[in-house]
Amino acid sequence: MSKEKPTVYPYIPNSVSTVKNQMLKEVGAKSVEDFFKDIPSKLRLKKNMDLPKPLLSEQSLRRHIEGVLSKNKTCQEYLNFLGAGCWQHYVPAVCDEVNQRGEFLTAYAGEPYDDHGRFQALFEYVSMMGELLEMDVMNVPTYDWLQAAATSIRMASRITGRREVLVSRTISADKLSKIQDYCKPEIEVKLLDYDSKTGQLDLNSLKVKISSKTAAVYFENPSYLGFIEAHGDEISEIAHDYGAISIVGVDPISLGILTPPIEYGADIVCGDLQPLGMHMQFGGGHAGFIATRDEEKYVMEYPSRLFGIAPTSVEGEYGFGDVAYERTSFALREEGKEFVGTAAALWSITAGVYLALMGPQGMREIGESILQRSHYAMLLISKIKGVKCPVFQSTHLKEFVVNFDDTGKTVAEINRTLLRRKIFGGKDLTKEFPELGNSALYCVTEVHAKDDIDRLANALKEAVE
Amino acid sequence: MEDITKKRYADGKPKLRRFHQAKWDEPIIFELSNEGERGILIPEVEDEIKNEIGDVMSTIPENMRRKQPPRLAELSQPRVLRHYLRLSQETLGTDLNIDVGQGTCTMKYSPKINEQLARMPQMAEIHPLQDEETVQGILEVLYKFEQILKEVSGMDQFSLQPGAGSQAIYANASIIRAYHKALGEANQRNEIITTIFSHPSNAACAKTAGFKVITLYPDEDGYPDLEALKAAVSEHTAGLMITNPEDTGIFNPNIEEFVRVVHEAGGLCAYDQANANGILGITRAGETGFDLCHFNLHKTFSAPHGCGGPAVGAIGVTKELGKFLPVPVIEFNGSRYRLNYDRPESIGKVRSFYGVAPVVLKAYAWVMSLGAKGLKEVAEIAVLNNNYLLKKLLEIRGVSAPYAKGKRRIEQVRYSWEKLTKDTGVHSEEIGLRAADFGVHYWTSHHPWIVPEPCTLEPTESYSKGELDEYVEILRYVSEEAYTNPELVKNAPHNSTIHKIDHAPLDDPSQWAMTWRAYREKVHK
Amino acid sequence: MGTSVDQGETRKLGLVVNPIAGIGGRVGLKGSDGEETQRKALELGAVPQSLNRAIEAMERVTPMEEDLQIITYPSEMGEDAAKECGFDPVVVGSIRKGKTTAEDTMNAAKEMLRLGVDLLLFAGGDGTARDIYDAIGEETLVLGIPSGVKIHSAVFAISPRSAGDLAVLYFRGRCGIREAEVMDVDEEALRQGIVSAKLYGYLRIPFEKRLIQGVKTPSSGEDKEAMEAIACEIVDRMKDDYLYIIGPGTTTRAITSKLGLNKTLIGVDVVSKGKLVGTDVNETQLLKLLEGSKAKIIITPIGGQGYIFGRGNQQISPEVIKRVGRDNIIVVATPEKINSLKGRPFLVDTGDEAVDRMLSGYIRVVTRYNEQVIYKISY
Repeated sequence: MSKEKPTVYPYIPNSVSTVKNQMLKEVGAKSVEDFFKDIPSKLRLKKNMDLPKPLLSEQSLRRHIEGVLSKNKTCQEYLNFLGAGCWQHYVPAVCDEVNQRGEFLTAYAGEPYDDHGRFQALFEYVSMMGELLEMDVMNVPTYDWLQAAATSIRMASRITGRREVLVSRTISADKLSKIQDYCKPEIEVKLLDYDSKTGQLDLNSLKVKISSKTAAVYFENPSYLGFIEAHGDEISEIAHDYGAISIVGVDPISLGILTPPIEYGADIVCGDLQPLGMHMQFGGGHAGFIATRDEEKYVMEYPSRLFGIAPTSVEGEYGFGDVAYERTSFALREEGKEFVGTAAALWSITAGVYLALMGPQGMREIGESILQRSHYAMLLISKIKGVKCPVFQSTHLKEFVVNFDDTGKTVAEINRTLLRRKIFGGKDLTKEFPELGNSALYCVTEVHAKDDIDRLANALKEAVE
Repeated sequence: MEDITKKRYADGKPKLRRFHQAKWDEPIIFELSNEGERGILIPEVEDEIKNEIGDVMSTIPENMRRKQPPRLAELSQPRVLRHYLRLSQETLGTDLNIDVGQGTCTMKYSPKINEQLARMPQMAEIHPLQDEETVQGILEVLYKFEQILKEVSGMDQFSLQPGAGSQAIYANASIIRAYHKALGEANQRNEIITTIFSHPSNAACAKTAGFKVITLYPDEDGYPDLEALKAAVSEHTAGLMITNPEDTGIFNPNIEEFVRVVHEAGGLCAYDQANANGILGITRAGETGFDLCHFNLHKTFSAPHGCGGPAVGAIGVTKELGKFLPVPVIEFNGSRYRLNYDRPESIGKVRSFYGVAPVVLKAYAWVMSLGAKGLKEVAEIAVLNNNYLLKKLLEIRGVSAPYAKGKRRIEQVRYSWEKLTKDTGVHSEEIGLRAADFGVHYWTSHHPWIVPEPCTLEPTESYSKGELDEYVEILRYVSEEAYTNPELVKNAPHNSTIHKIDHAPLDDPSQWAMTWRAYREKVHK
Repeated sequence: MGTSVDQGETRKLGLVVNPIAGIGGRVGLKGSDGEETQRKALELGAVPQSLNRAIEAMERVTPMEEDLQIITYPSEMGEDAAKECGFDPVVVGSIRKGKTTAEDTMNAAKEMLRLGVDLLLFAGGDGTARDIYDAIGEETLVLGIPSGVKIHSAVFAISPRSAGDLAVLYFRGRCGIREAEVMDVDEEALRQGIVSAKLYGYLRIPFEKRLIQGVKTPSSGEDKEAMEAIACEIVDRMKDDYLYIIGPGTTTRAITSKLGLNKTLIGVDVVSKGKLVGTDVNETQLLKLLEGSKAKIIITPIGGQGYIFGRGNQQISPEVIKRVGRDNIIVVATPEKINSLKGRPFLVDTGDEAVDRMLSGYIRVVTRYNEQVIYKISY
């Protein structure tokens, strides 16, 4: 029987035998088994776990992972026009530089003294988003837009004491699924129709469905399907007429050129931070923000921590801390103020860096750039025979629906053809929005040069022939 | 010739370091703004495009156009970098300190190789909706990690979708809800039982999912009270959601009995494995009879905490509950990985897409570098470190470890400074702030404080014996100071980035300010 | 919400010392009321404890010397203690040195209320607490410096030093306010070894809200909010075919308030179909009401020791309890209250050992809306 040399693990300093033994001796234990003797023997794992053979050297680990990941095709090698909840925007180098810093990367829940930098970075993020949204209160972000929307709705329910929410139909199926699951205990979700020509939320549908039982109306701007909701004012007004809260979901990259939702009556604004400096990461770069006015009844309903600025015992020194730590919810019968935990803080610091780099001019320029490029794309694609683009007669920002009914080809077929040309075509909407027929959701941002768009148009032209 | 090293040691032991945290007195970023400065430029729109489309800005409905530019800060690039690097220096990440002070958070080493791998374009520059053929690599990682978790936990099926521990607990509560609904008992079964020493999210998430929450208090020895559980179950019991070992570091020796009692009453049992670091390879959820469990990949599995995310809370269930898992699930047919959305009984979406893939990648890489033996070593050393720390800390004046007298702990301990507070009037939080003067973190406890003047420490496997000794020395020094010079401790921190914060404005609606704009407005009133 | 302090305005701290409180304890006498007992105690060489306790407390307040105006009564009723700590107090009223009575305590309290003290510290025992209550009720904030023998009232800090600390925390805006029980203990019976405590009234006291550290999740709100939530839960589940016997306490009062009814704070009331059918009832009245009716008992722990039966609600006698049945007993308590017991179980002392035994075990406690706790009952 060969005697295995005990492994010393680089990540486990005390795996060195002499140290381990010394410590055992000091603790008065014969072996590590001593520590587990209070675990009933019936529950003890008798065998070794059946896991893959370890790659003990860093070199072999790297080789293995790189090998597996090399099976992926990136959006650098392929031309990407996918959006639908995750978007390709340019990530400034300084954003990556900051969120790679060991301190920010590995901090967690220290005090506002030993983690002062984290608190200040988060306060500044909230402040910059506050300027973008013209709102004074915002959370440390939650997981993503899905959660932000669902929580906004439940906040509205707590504030109004009502159990019904009206939601625009032109939101993603994923978001609707999340909202329905999260609202399950008590809140009923009703859908609002949209105009088939313009995509705009149907105000009549709203007027018919809204009542004194409505806690909130939720719509997105731009819509999931890419167009700008022109009647935000009227939607909010109708909501307010019935004492309901107006919740608007917004893409922050648009706010350099689009007016912040508070201007058209939004009480709660939510959205996703991913466009502000996060790589797509297969859907791993999301963070959901929720913002409101600085009114007690709203502040009290945030499930998350809220950080505020405070003086210290030294003149002129900035300190930070939890605002209204003991928040008395207005809803006593509610199922608590939800929960709070780890979510996506690193991305909010990154978003702060992004906004600091861009500044007001950068945000305007990127909005204009996206608008111009997407319009150019829509123009070229609309010229392709059999293709209807955009499907909706409204102004679009970065995404738009393209219909292929008259080409006799399915979106799946077209996308397969595009794939062969190393292009990721728009998301297939046939299952999600069957009433739109063979349609796809295309996304064009500042990363697409004219040549890229030309290439797409040509490829599509060939694909539908 | 002077031997500098001699002055750094006393009685053969290193003296306490003369730490001072970085202190930049850094202004708020808006104060650094200079009109006109640019941090980055974006590519100009080509003339050909502009010529083709004309004036598109005017196609935006008038009422939707932004009238005033946002009042963001304007800084040139090096100034943005400088500002944030300074803030980073003022943050005490795990990379920098002996981070045993953030108990229950499992602050272990996040290997840098995993960071680099996660930033490869093959991970960072892929879109979740790409054709499955083009993302077989990442799907393989996700799938294989699920298989790893199955083996680590003894459960049958996993989902990596939830965005952290709390969302995982919520998802499990949602599955419990769906399970009873399918049996037609949703209305009847509306109670979830938990314990006061389980993570507060167990109660909060169960409540969010619409359940009534029944909390059990521990018995005199600090163990979850089995008799109390028996008094709590009824035909209304939907399930049990419990953390084990609990935040006190005590393994519930009756855990199997707990599961049996709840099963007999018709409920499901969910295992909050946030504290799994001490039991990897030692004991599993599956054999204990649990129906659901969850792991925090940013705790046990080494993914970094990121100041509070991004993260993953992986949920595992038995075969029977697999149909309720969030959608899509990842399947492998022997040659290809695919995403299956055809799950009619699924609870639906919990989080966007499939979860935070880069966090899973880091966890996967970590397990791959250790293997089964390595994971067991992690647990064993984490527990050894904890018991070593326990022994040394109990030698300090004024500290005690309530409950489970004479018994070993698993991966953490909740200590109490009750005696020291009685003797000196110094409170636990004050000790923590003085400890920060030596470059370490310190955490008291979740609320409510059952253990008086608490302090929860979790060493994990990542620190050396010498580092643990240093942490003990710091607390010993502060304890002695509390007895001889309490005012110094009460007024701490002295070597930190800032001084004592005045919290009063933060509770006053007329003074609190969560944004710079709100602050400026209220100050000028 | 914590009270916030106006910077720049001098706050007023009142100090009243009962010179003879606790005098009996050290020499083996239980309690200190009555001239007879006091004389006996002094004969036995008893030394008044309250002066030292008051000094211990006030020493903790000295860091705030500049910001506070101390108002106190002459010599042994507070002036001595304050001056010993270096304060320069405003002295009001007049006493006969060495012959102070309960009336002096009451006059002192009334005077300080009139002078607008923000907080009144008093050194004494249950008797002193009752005197303060009789004098000023809930009109201003008070806090007891424990100096008596055994304290049954919940208006005291856990130690003299802690009382001083709490006073400082209050003035620094770090305290919440809650009502706490003043108990009337039969001292004669106590000397015979029998504890017979009745609920006398409520005083408003400051309680510490911990420094905001160790924060990972926001707290879910204060005592008052929890009481409101409990009230919602109970009221929502009230059934028309049951009588509700509601015991004394602030948490139970919140329930009747929710119904729009006026509850006697220290008495037992009975509610049926949302209306009061009995106020401040005794055992006989309860038994009569119970004839032919289903009933539930709603009670909350009284006093700092966690008694749910036997201290302040003896009207709910063993007979009443037997008729109603253990399964129909609803205990309500805020999470704050549960945690203040620090793991000690609820206690019962109905006077009937068999009933006590029947009650012991585990019981569900409503702590908020849709939240309960399983807690142990001992006897």
